[in-house]
Amino acid sequence: MKIFGRRDRERRGPEGLWHTCRECGEMAYEREFEMAHKVCPKCGFHERLSAPERIALLLDDPEAFVQIAPRLATTDPLKFERDGLTYPEHLARYQQSSGLIEAVICGKGRLDGAEICLAVIDFRFLGASMGAVVGEKITLTVEAAMEARLPLVIVNCSGGARMQEGMLSLMQMAKTSAALRRFHDAGLLYISVMTDPTLAGVTASFASLADVIVAEPGATIGFTGRRLIEQIVKQKLPEDAQSAEFMQEHGMVDLVSPRRALKDLLGRLLNLYTGAGAPVDSPAEEAEAASVEESPEGPEAAPKVDESQPAGGQV
Amino acid sequence: MATLEFERELVKLREDLEEIREDRGFKGDREARISELEFELKARTTRVFAELTPWDKVQLARHPDRPHALDFIDLILTDFVEMHGDRHFGDDPAVVGGPAKLAGQRVMVIGHQKGRDTRENVRRNFGMASPEGFRKARRLMVQAEKFGMPVVTLLDIPGASPVLEAEERGQAWAIADNLLEMAGLRVPIVVVVIGEGGSGGALALGIGDRILMLEHTVYSVASPEGAASIVWRDHKFAPEAAAALKLTPPDLIELGIVDRIVPEPPGGAHIDFDAAAELLVGALEDELAALAGRDIDALVAARYEKFRSMGRGAVAPV
Ligand SMILES: [Zn+2]
Repeated sequence: MKIFGRRDRERRGPEGLWHTCRECGEMAYEREFEMAHKVCPKCGFHERLSAPERIALLLDDPEAFVQIAPRLATTDPLKFERDGLTYPEHLARYQQSSGLIEAVICGKGRLDGAEICLAVIDFRFLGASMGAVVGEKITLTVEAAMEARLPLVIVNCSGGARMQEGMLSLMQMAKTSAALRRFHDAGLLYISVMTDPTLAGVTASFASLADVIVAEPGATIGFTGRRLIEQIVKQKLPEDAQSAEFMQEHGMVDLVSPRRALKDLLGRLLNLYTGAGAPVDSPAEEAEAASVEESPEGPEAAPKVDESQPAGGQV
Repeated sequence: MATLEFERELVKLREDLEEIREDRGFKGDREARISELEFELKARTTRVFAELTPWDKVQLARHPDRPHALDFIDLILTDFVEMHGDRHFGDDPAVVGGPAKLAGQRVMVIGHQKGRDTRENVRRNFGMASPEGFRKARRLMVQAEKFGMPVVTLLDIPGASPVLEAEERGQAWAIADNLLEMAGLRVPIVVVVIGEGGSGGALALGIGDRILMLEHTVYSVASPEGAASIVWRDHKFAPEAAAALKLTPPDLIELGIVDRIVPEPPGGAHIDFDAAAELLVGALEDELAALAGRDIDALVAARYEKFRSMGRGAVAPV
């Protein structure tokens, strides 16, 4: 299945069009905004990326990305209906507008030379809610990473559970967590990237169960959504409550990385934790990197790193 | 005593019955009148309960007079010692737990705890657990594994505490950690929904080898009010959402999520705590006995497969 359709190219827009930031309201050249991977050049606001855009941002060769279960879709187990609108009809609208079959794209690819299993959730698809397809594809990706003994990177976002799948949606939290238990027991690395917004059941399962959690600046991260908290406590929350920076301050997130530095940071973390994908410039280094990857000693065989450069020093 | 709308005629009959039972000077055939009323009560109870809508069933699961975790612990277990604190920040009264004995066998019991009156409800935050509650639960699970005690969890929670303080202390992280822990815990786990199984906060005690639900309980991905405000954009559509969510025990057996329904006495557990406890203890003894003989590696592998397969029928390639 092609993930970089005509739509994605069109959305980049011709030169000369203006983009209005939904945070600061300032206008910037569309092209400048797109070149900055949808970060506002005026205020630094990180606009949400689609899954194909995120894959293009992170992978060395996005076209070489091999997808896992690309055509998996829901069978509407509850026969859910609202005011005469069936769940499949509801989904069809999102499939149409996003060009996706479901809210997550998973597969294998390379990031700074390191082979990884990557899952990226797309907020455009029904608020990136977690149903059985999201749960199953995430689990298949965890299992694929285990099978191939590869690091796992999940770029998370979600508004919450997929109501239309009821308890089957809730059980995806159990399923993905159980798979990650085995993954961690196998001694493998999982890096979770929390993007805007990462909430509810996804945060309370696979998004948090990572060795390293990296968040994007300003991303909303938490369990209960702001609107519900405000309804219940009957007062406004501070503006920065549940932001990535707030969550880092409270010890829930390791690093907050601007988008422009994200790929480098992930590459560096992959290398530091597993020895994989050391920056490969010369053929000699490439060979060395390959031998480390194939080393039977596994992660312990990681090459010495320069300790004067703390991880995340660039963020 | 609180009375739900559909319970009214039954409550009236029960009162009449009670009155005649105590009325020594009853004129006429007292015994005949009593059995007549008993018959009537039984028939009407059956009829009323057969006609309950999913939304009625939600009300029943939330019935303020229902036995809560500590009531069941008191009635079905002996030697219970309640443990306190998560060893990080505090003690959450919305989660209770500790070692006890069930029919002479050691178990670790952990449950969500709602209050009985307003004061207790405030103290227990209406059963809405905080990260400290989930972390206390996890601490006790790890102890159970260390000391070879099966775990019994009792689920009864409207939802995890939705306040900023809970967010600051990692509500989502606390729940996720429990899921990870329970998925691989090397002792048998029996989960029982005793009231309201609400969302992630319920699931945080909800991974086990056997999942039981008392007859008049519900287990849902979100409260019907919450689901209604998301899907219908108005919480007033909660009755519609309750029907659509498939949250009753028979629905969840059909979806392959729940293993067994534990019957309740006629009229519901709140009418007769002792009878409800007796039915539950019978089910728990069966379940624990069946799990006790299992090889622990095989048990943990089967538990994995149980949750791994959930929703498998809900997906297919297009
Ligand atoms: Zn801006």
